Amino acid sequence: MDVVVQIIVTTILASTPLILAATGELVVERSGVLNLGVEGMMLIGAVCAFVVTMETGSGTLGVFAGMIGGVVISLVFAVLTLVTLANQVATGLALTIFGIGCSALIGVNHVGRAYSGLPKLDIPGISDIPVLGPILFRHDPLVYVGVAMVAAVWWFLYRTKAGLVLRAVGESHDAAHAIGYPVVAIRFAAVAFGGAMSGLAGAHLSLAYTPMWQEQMSAGRGWIALALVVFATWRPWRVLLGAYVFGAMRMLELHGQSALSLNIPSQLFTMLPYVATIVVLVIISRDAMRVRASAPACLGQPFHPRG
Amino acid sequence: MIRLERRPAPSRFWSYMTPVLAVALTVVAGALLFWALGYPAGAALYQFFVTPVETGYMRAELLVKATPLVLIGVGLAIGFRAGVWNIGAEGQLLMGALGGGAVALAFWNEDVPGLIVLMMLAGAASGAAYAAIPALLKTRFNVNEILSSLMLTYVAGLIISIMIYGPLRDPQGYGFPQSRIFHPAATLSPILEGTRLHFGAVIALVAAGLAWLAMARSLFGFQVKVVGQAPQAARYAGFSQPRMVWIGMLLGGALAGLAGVIEVAGPVRQLNDSISPGYGFTAIIVAFLGRLHPVGVAIAGVVIAMSYIGGENAQIMVGMPLAVTGVFQGMLLFFLLGSDLLIRYRIRLRKPGVAARPAAEPVPAVAEPRVESA
Repeated sequence: MDVVVQIIVTTILASTPLILAATGELVVERSGVLNLGVEGMMLIGAVCAFVVTMETGSGTLGVFAGMIGGVVISLVFAVLTLVTLANQVATGLALTIFGIGCSALIGVNHVGRAYSGLPKLDIPGISDIPVLGPILFRHDPLVYVGVAMVAAVWWFLYRTKAGLVLRAVGESHDAAHAIGYPVVAIRFAAVAFGGAMSGLAGAHLSLAYTPMWQEQMSAGRGWIALALVVFATWRPWRVLLGAYVFGAMRMLELHGQSALSLNIPSQLFTMLPYVATIVVLVIISRDAMRVRASAPACLGQPFHPRG
Repeated sequence: MIRLERRPAPSRFWSYMTPVLAVALTVVAGALLFWALGYPAGAALYQFFVTPVETGYMRAELLVKATPLVLIGVGLAIGFRAGVWNIGAEGQLLMGALGGGAVALAFWNEDVPGLIVLMMLAGAASGAAYAAIPALLKTRFNVNEILSSLMLTYVAGLIISIMIYGPLRDPQGYGFPQSRIFHPAATLSPILEGTRLHFGAVIALVAAGLAWLAMARSLFGFQVKVVGQAPQAARYAGFSQPRMVWIGMLLGGALAGLAGVIEVAGPVRQLNDSISPGYGFTAIIVAFLGRLHPVGVAIAGVVIAMSYIGGENAQIMVGMPLAVTGVFQGMLLFFLLGSDLLIRYRIRLRKPGVAARPAAEPVPAVAEPRVESA
């Protein structure tokens, strides 16, 4: 029983950065912008969160610093793609390359330092319930934020007028512009939100999942989050489902070797999430019509109002 | 009020000038960065931009670093032109290094004439085979090649790791994760006395020349451009888009694989866990900075190679973290993408009081590299 509980707890923990980053990117893509810089924004978030936490001693401040870092760097992307109309794919790649370098530079004096980790929820009585307690009520706050954000984004996109406008901008920016909605401003807000969420995902990595800073510690999670958005066919709740699947892969990486006690290279377990991402993409993308039907129609296209 | 006005045709002048402008802006921003980090800006800039061309040895080193960047960049540029976003060149490079390296290690104690040629063929084939995976997934299952080629890069790193910790580990290497040192017959010896400059630089130059010929003077080059810029027209003309995906991917993979085997046969001389400092990713910047043009890529490769040498020098001479190199490269791409606006748009200052509407004639859509949903 303990093993099962441990497996579920690890899965939830490992899926949280993916949930946070993918939910943010989902909103960005729903507004018609493809930001491939999630990996870079996560790293900036992770390093800002860690450095501020170590310097101030406050994990809360660290989390906010991670978000702010993510927003600031996402705005560079927003200016380049929305104001100077640069190619979104190339700019997203630039954001990742810059994020890797910049985060390494910021964190250069903090490699190898350890942090005790964000405090875990501890409600006397409830957190001590066997099985359910550790699974549901003994996580760090960002785990709950992640799930709450999925719900909030779903509510925003499908139950508010602002969400409807954002989706309209993603489906047809020309039509939305003609009606009088500020396309560029809405996309700016969406990109900044994506930056904040990626920053938060990074903060979870460096403050809770593995409380330390290491160059390129996100190890491709930003890219997996991008794949998750496709997997979810741009729908929030499916992000949650997909993220748990990938969380389970990480869990296999951590426990598989010892649990199976097989003599196979540990790298094969580390490979799992990347291979699984490809497999999942094959399954989802095979039906070209479905992907095309569910993807925002203006995804990745630059918008320049005539005049 | 500043206003953007679409040009009727892309500006030729600015398409040559924006890379220069971007490099200039990066130098200025770099100086500010050094100053902000508390390093003497002058001395740091000197390390970055003067020392790499100061001595003959350094100039040779510049070409050593530029070799893989140009090889990969040329392949990527053709792919990007055709709208094929292969960003897994780093993985293809590693597989090329592994494929060519395996050949070298099979004859580690034998003097086999022509072994180096066999290694290069094996390396290019391995890189192409690895790039065939995203090409197959793209053409057969419609899988976005950006994500699949990138995921495969992480997988390639782990495959190398398995090999150098396992089957290919040097039995006399005290357990270090590295292979045997290659036999001299399996290495590229220096072509310039007292430097590390090897024959790979010549290969890179030839590759750029051939790519230029193919792009500028052949039907193939024309097809690449049409498929990338006007897919509808390409379909109408009967140019097969899946075929372009295959060609773009395999070409990029083969050249990246070749770069990988040249790295291990040239400067590295064994398989280990630091074959490439991210050449495959940096080559993306090289391709863009070179305007996706083979000749431009060759020049851009040397410029970007400076940031590697400069970064190493700055680390040794002024104690600057090596990560500055990555920041420089990222900034350069940012500035380039931002200033590329000038190619397609005019910046006009709108006089206050004048009506904002320009002549309402239809503006021809200028080709934008197509972006598909990720």
